[in-house]
Amino acid sequence: MNPWGEIILVFLILANLRLLGSSRLVGSIRVVAAQGAALGLLPLLSGGSGPIALRAAVIAAGTILLKGVIFPRLLLRTMRGVGVRHEMEPFVGYTSSLLAGFAGLAISFWIASRMPLAGRQIPALVVSTALFTILTGLFLIAARRTALNQVLGFLVLENGIYVFGLSAVEEVPLLVELGVLLDLFVAVFVMGIAIYHISREFEHVDVDELDRLKG
Amino acid sequence: MNLLLGILLAPLLSSLILRTKALVAGRQGPPWLQPYFDIAKLLQKGAVYSRTATGLFVAGPIGALSATLLAAALIPLGGCQASVSFEGDLFLFAGLLAAARFLSILAALDVGLSFEGMGASREALYGALAEPALFLALAAGARGSGSLSLSGIFASPLDGIAAPALALLAGALLVVALAECARIPFDDPATHLELTMVHEVMVLDHGGPDLAFIEYASSLKFWILGTLLGGFAMPIRIGGSLANALLGLGAVAALGVAIGAVESTMARLKLQRVPQLLVGAGVLAAVALVLGMR
Repeated sequence: MNPWGEIILVFLILANLRLLGSSRLVGSIRVVAAQGAALGLLPLLSGGSGPIALRAAVIAAGTILLKGVIFPRLLLRTMRGVGVRHEMEPFVGYTSSLLAGFAGLAISFWIASRMPLAGRQIPALVVSTALFTILTGLFLIAARRTALNQVLGFLVLENGIYVFGLSAVEEVPLLVELGVLLDLFVAVFVMGIAIYHISREFEHVDVDELDRLKG
Repeated sequence: MNLLLGILLAPLLSSLILRTKALVAGRQGPPWLQPYFDIAKLLQKGAVYSRTATGLFVAGPIGALSATLLAAALIPLGGCQASVSFEGDLFLFAGLLAAARFLSILAALDVGLSFEGMGASREALYGALAEPALFLALAAGARGSGSLSLSGIFASPLDGIAAPALALLAGALLVVALAECARIPFDDPATHLELTMVHEVMVLDHGGPDLAFIEYASSLKFWILGTLLGGFAMPIRIGGSLANALLGLGAVAALGVAIGAVESTMARLKLQRVPQLLVGAGVLAAVALVLGMR
């Protein structure tokens, strides 16, 4: 792992912690965008030349464009349409979320040092960052009420899986990679529309209220 | 040598911050030596003591100043050996800083003014939250360098600690330094609006030489934490103790300018947000520690 990769991974960890501690949705959306863009730089660092470098460049460009530009625009638009600016009353407070985040980080590092991985040698930092990002995504989905935060949690979760896939699998075919990105795009798109309709129907986007829906 | 530099130059650091703020605001700012003049003026005055105050009130500032001076003796400047250093001195260092805070809180409570009691309670809260972050940062440094003395940790941080972890440590210590020294965004040193003060409210009843001791101790504390922070933020060490000391001084000066810039551009945080920021600093330091563990 070269030093730049390490810096990017630490940045991912910090972005996760920032997400856990912030209530402002605009800020959270920007952080997720920055995280996605930083993630897009990772494949460029693996080196290689010729077709491999070209492939990495295509994936990087697609990731940065989609996660760094299009998703935040979609989400910001949804946010404006819905008129929600803050997470109102999260199930877990922000300071406790930060502490939980640190516990999650410690657990990720512990698991990463124990988990036997087949195949090539993967730096422990990569595995633990991926696990921590996945845990952060799950935590955001579980601990926040606003539907927008759940979408952000989903995106963070996907980012974590992406980091893991990038390091664990020698080479994902370009088509599969692009297909995943496309799926993600459709998912965020649909979620944005769904949130908009939920807010038009119920005048809030509190997912905790959704379990009392009647058919 | 280090101690002497600290004792002589500490008030100059607050002067540097004031000049930076003045520059940003388009003013000329106070003379460079103004803090020294202030202290000299205060030392010539007499003190007035409340009838309800006991000996603690007089002992507080003196005790706090001596504890801070002792802590300053343990601090290495830019990789130079500290005046006093031994295995485990980082615990003594943290203890001395805590003792200084404890004494000034006691002195504030001793007057019996409810208002100072409020300031004391806030100071205690900030201290309780900032200390874990300081300890975690020092622990990360100790873990990386394999040494339990401050001089050992700062001898060559780049050897033991990875660059990203160093940046995290510097960030965590910056928050700790701002909180401990009652700067913006935690406390506004320029304000004397009663309800917003934290540190200033504790020293309301002190005057004359006592106030001089307090002012001097707080600038010395700022110098101490600034040197610590500079040690992590500017980890490059070159041969020769003079060059190292100059580098360390440069780092502290850069920190002063940076804090001046922060103070000109930021507002105070809401009181409820303060614990969150300090916990965040603690988590940063903890992440640095975990990064070093692997």
